[in-house]
Amino acid sequence: MAFINLKDRVIQAKIVYYGPGRCGKTTNLEFIYSKCREQINSEMVTVKTQGDRTLFFDFFPFDIGKIAGYDVKIQLYTVPGQVKYNSTRRLVLKGVDGVVFVADSEAERRSKNISSLMNLQENLALYNKNIFEMPLVIQYNKRDLKKQGIEVLDVETMERDLNVELKAPSFEASALDGDNVVATLKRIISLTMSSLEKELENGDW
Amino acid sequence: MSLILGRQHLDKIQDTLQKNLIGLGVQNTMLIDMAGNVIVTVDNGVKKRDMYSLAALAAANFGAMCSMAKIVGEDEFSLLFHKGQKENIYFSRVNDEFLLINIFNNDVTLGFLRLKMAQVIEELSSVLD
Repeated sequence: MAFINLKDRVIQAKIVYYGPGRCGKTTNLEFIYSKCREQINSEMVTVKTQGDRTLFFDFFPFDIGKIAGYDVKIQLYTVPGQVKYNSTRRLVLKGVDGVVFVADSEAERRSKNISSLMNLQENLALYNKNIFEMPLVIQYNKRDLKKQGIEVLDVETMERDLNVELKAPSFEASALDGDNVVATLKRIISLTMSSLEKELENGDW
Repeated sequence: MSLILGRQHLDKIQDTLQKNLIGLGVQNTMLIDMAGNVIVTVDNGVKKRDMYSLAALAAANFGAMCSMAKIVGEDEFSLLFHKGQKENIYFSRVNDEFLLINIFNNDVTLGFLRLKMAQVIEELSSVLD
């Protein structure tokens, strides 16, 4: 649920990076945090386990400047990807305005991507949100693995697995190298802001 | 669905927090929604804190507490209080969508704060409902 402050002319919206465990959600945020420091007036919050896996979420607010006279602050979150942390994933999804689904290109992670996307659909439905109406970008991460001789899924297969019905904008990316990380972020921000604008025009508030 | 608040409502909320809580000796008080958005934040001007990160963590913490309460058969835990050596945090649920976070030191007693909170929540509810 975005918050629009008419007094100070500030919009806050929530974008969540979702996907299976070890797909690179935190790496996406770490790259953005390191490259866009001027737009982030805060430390990156991380709630991790001892094994350095995300336990609850990673978070920082990202100032994207003015849109139509409003200062727009995007709250970026990741969820814990491991299957056992579904209750915390649900908590982080509360009030979400846009989702980046990060899929793992490694061939042996194929079924994990599909399960995670189905899990996203189920968890959104708990908040009466429809994945087909939610601003959504799919990122095919870890394309760099191919260079290391690790078998990766071709993009056509991943599109068939994950995006045939959704028809969401998608990017091939390497969060580790930063390839298309910012492009993914720009696209989800653009979709989220368009969706908010439409909501305001329709008076759905 | 977005939450939209205008100047009149936000001023009323700010006045209520300033008068009742900052006036009592609370250092920082912040109204947030359950998604972790900062609605209004007021402080006594002494110490600036990263309220956006605090809001994200507080909303998550409160959500986790509610889930734990359900597991043990409670609707909610009514007292959410973290005591430090010098600084303390007290969470109060305003309604299903909003939380009030207060940071205060040992000059303010928890009992007095809780008493005051009933009045504050009533005033905030009249603005937010």
